[in-house]
Amino acid sequence: MTVHFKQDEPDTRNLLDQGSQGVIGTAMSRPEGLAKVTGTAPYSAEYRFDDCLVGVLVTAPFTKGRITGIDKETALAMDGVVAVIDDSRMTARPAQGGAGEAPQQSPRQICYYGQPFALVVATSFEKARHAAKHLPFSYEADDVSDIPLDPETAETEAGDGGMQAGDLAHAMATAEHAVDVSYTTMGHASAAMEPHAAIAQWDGGRLTVHASLQMPNYNISELADALDLTEDKVRIVSRYVGGGFGSKLGLSEETTAAALAAMELGKPVKVVMSRQQVFQSIMRRSESSQRVRLAVDAEGRLTGFGHEARVSNLPGEEFAEPVLQSSAFLYAGENRLLALDVARIHQMTAGSVRAPGEAIGMPVLEAAMDCLAEEAGIDPVELRLRNIPEKDPGKGLPFTTHELADCLKKGAEAFGWDSGPRKPRQNRDGEWWIGTGMASAARVHNVAEAKARVTLNADGTARVQSDMTDIGTGTYAILTQIAAEMLGLDPANVMVELGDTDFPRGPGSGGSWGAVSIGSAVVIACDAIRQSLAKKAGIDADDLKLKDGKLQGSQPRSLSELLDGGNMSEEGHYEPGDISDDYTSSSFGAFFAQVRVNRHTGETRVDRMLGAFGFGRVLNEKTARSQCLGGMVWCIGSALTEALHFDPVDGHLVNCDLAEYHVPVHRDVPDLEVMLVESRDPAASAVQGKGVGELGMCGGAGAIANAVYNACGARLFEFPMTPDKVLADMPD
Amino acid sequence: MPITVNDRTHDLPDDPRVSLLDFLRGHLGLTGTKKGCDHGQCGACTVLVNGMRINSCLSLAALHDGDAVTTIEGIGTPEDPSALQQAFVEHDGFQCGYCTPGQICSATAMMDEIANGWPSDASAELTGEIKPTPEEIRERMSGNLCRCGAYSNIVQAILATQEAQS
Ligand code: FES
Ligand code: FES
Repeated sequence: MTVHFKQDEPDTRNLLDQGSQGVIGTAMSRPEGLAKVTGTAPYSAEYRFDDCLVGVLVTAPFTKGRITGIDKETALAMDGVVAVIDDSRMTARPAQGGAGEAPQQSPRQICYYGQPFALVVATSFEKARHAAKHLPFSYEADDVSDIPLDPETAETEAGDGGMQAGDLAHAMATAEHAVDVSYTTMGHASAAMEPHAAIAQWDGGRLTVHASLQMPNYNISELADALDLTEDKVRIVSRYVGGGFGSKLGLSEETTAAALAAMELGKPVKVVMSRQQVFQSIMRRSESSQRVRLAVDAEGRLTGFGHEARVSNLPGEEFAEPVLQSSAFLYAGENRLLALDVARIHQMTAGSVRAPGEAIGMPVLEAAMDCLAEEAGIDPVELRLRNIPEKDPGKGLPFTTHELADCLKKGAEAFGWDSGPRKPRQNRDGEWWIGTGMASAARVHNVAEAKARVTLNADGTARVQSDMTDIGTGTYAILTQIAAEMLGLDPANVMVELGDTDFPRGPGSGGSWGAVSIGSAVVIACDAIRQSLAKKAGIDADDLKLKDGKLQGSQPRSLSELLDGGNMSEEGHYEPGDISDDYTSSSFGAFFAQVRVNRHTGETRVDRMLGAFGFGRVLNEKTARSQCLGGMVWCIGSALTEALHFDPVDGHLVNCDLAEYHVPVHRDVPDLEVMLVESRDPAASAVQGKGVGELGMCGGAGAIANAVYNACGARLFEFPMTPDKVLADMPD
Repeated sequence: MPITVNDRTHDLPDDPRVSLLDFLRGHLGLTGTKKGCDHGQCGACTVLVNGMRINSCLSLAALHDGDAVTTIEGIGTPEDPSALQQAFVEHDGFQCGYCTPGQICSATAMMDEIANGWPSDASAELTGEIKPTPEEIRERMSGNLCRCGAYSNIVQAILATQEAQS
């Protein structure tokens, strides 16, 4: 049976707190942990099939134009080469997250440097790689001087998220204190450690693809659409995903290519992108230029709030980095102006990279708030506390739970924030300037439709199934805990099976909505099983106490006895409802950082960083904390080192590997501190929780920027703050 | 001479272009060793060769004639994990798990390097005993990237294992 719950209002039943097992929220270790640490968890490229062929993608060495000919004969004469696939159904760029339909196909039309247009298939990786490298082809490339590549000069279109209220210019002119500051941020790569990979098998009627994807629920539609197949002819399996961070939200090029090759050749075909191909042909986070205007009265209360941004994407792509998403509601100010422009340029596709929008919008806003705090002579924590609005200042809606004030206060106390007068260059240790900075965190909360099947077996064990994924986020752990809590089972007796489109459709992992959406579906299914159990036992469902596989009461009965050889199976179906018209919902937090800046080299080291985060219920203290830790590492990267560099002449990505694109390494990361500020948010989801996967990187780079200024006096208006920029701006 | 991997001997591949990494993953099916970059930039492919850690993607299989290789599968199994593997689970020293076998192989050899007194950039002295401080561990593990950002937990797992063993 399917039990449907559409959330039109707050779910005050609070079902998870009615359980008796006592495992929800605990720091339970991941059930798949041993498989991961022993190397026995299979990722997509690691399934063994007889006669599996290997494909290597061939990519365009020019920016825009078309491939006019491919010399297949020469390639086929090379050792071990079986086929050259150049089917017009190949996908030429990744699908955007949640697209549900094929992205751009016709791969011979080249729209960006590095676009895949053919696949060479051979009997071994070495042979395929060699032939792909030497495949002769001809092309007509447009003159680079005719191709728009510079976002500052290219044509723009208006993006979503703009709004205007009152008169910001007037508020700025009449303010007691005001700042008008402009920033630039450079592009980012997801750089998940597992490169995009797929193995496709075609049995003549049905396609099975093991692929590294975040959202099989959408990817199945995208792949079926690309191949002109019906969805029942396609199965996607993604049991383990070696990181995604947005880059695996949509169907990517290797999966379509592997599928087409397998269908043409009747044999399994494996395609794994090289690291360089991942960098050049998957998603980039757009660079941005941003302007923030803030006006306050004598008490430091915002009267004007302006945030404008320009981002870029390929012509025709709908996605525009939603830079202003949290600026819409984070701080007060009756005179408001938000505006987003998208420049159309021929660089690789811009799309979701962890925390699209807030990842670059929040650090900039929070750096500007620091300028304002200095200008107004108010402590930065206090300035933020004074400007937390009662209601969403744009939409006039109430918030679901609002944890910002709590996080600011608790975080400040735990960090030992000094709320005395702040001046830069007060603290030196040898050649290092030392300083502190802080920032707020905010990330919009979303939920998505989700289905999961829960089966309570006759032996008193349970099974949870969904095509939802665990991309390192902890889905296996939290669904184990939710089912164990609801059904009164030892978590060891709950088996969670994920990442297979033969199971009910989950929400996919993305937008921080995964855990609470699929968790809600599992709660709903388990609740239905509880109702059936109560009926069987002849008691009211409210009186049902389940613990350790037993029905508690004066005469405890085991579940297997109660089930009497049968099992119970329910599909939970959670659907977001009209409640989003009634509330604004966001996760909140606060970051505090202490940095050291070298007075001779401009190098910045993060000595200490603390994040306090509020996102409603914590489902698993260990995995939630890990999500926050990961986000904070990304704060360090985006603050100090991460930048995509594009050649201004032809727009190709220059630093397309992990040696030149600098993600934080062990020594860049101190022992980070995470505080979980827990509450229950019944309006957010049926598990009373909000999203946490991206919150940890929404603003923290701003805290680091503010600490750099406090340490050495270099007020930077660009991210990342590489040593050359810090040094150029440091007072003598 | 053949190559020994986790105490079993194998013939080397015919194709001289096969990297040690691809030999382990593709030919022997030891897919616990991961490929993150194929260019020596991420550490996901770290294995032990004659007890020392190397990036297996940077080395051709044919060069390992007679060598003894230990991969993550040789360090422990789900039924019998090493203390460090167990500590990684306990301290959540991973998220997606893709960098994890490399981190664990690397840390296993790294602990020996500290015990043998090999200095690093984080060491106060070039000679004498080296203390396994967090900074020392971070420096020595910096060749193993973790994009999930599990670094703090990885260091905790290594420290806990060090302490339990000393
Ligand atoms: S795969 Fe060898 S270092 Fe990255
Ligand atoms: S656990 Fe995902 S990269 Fe380290």
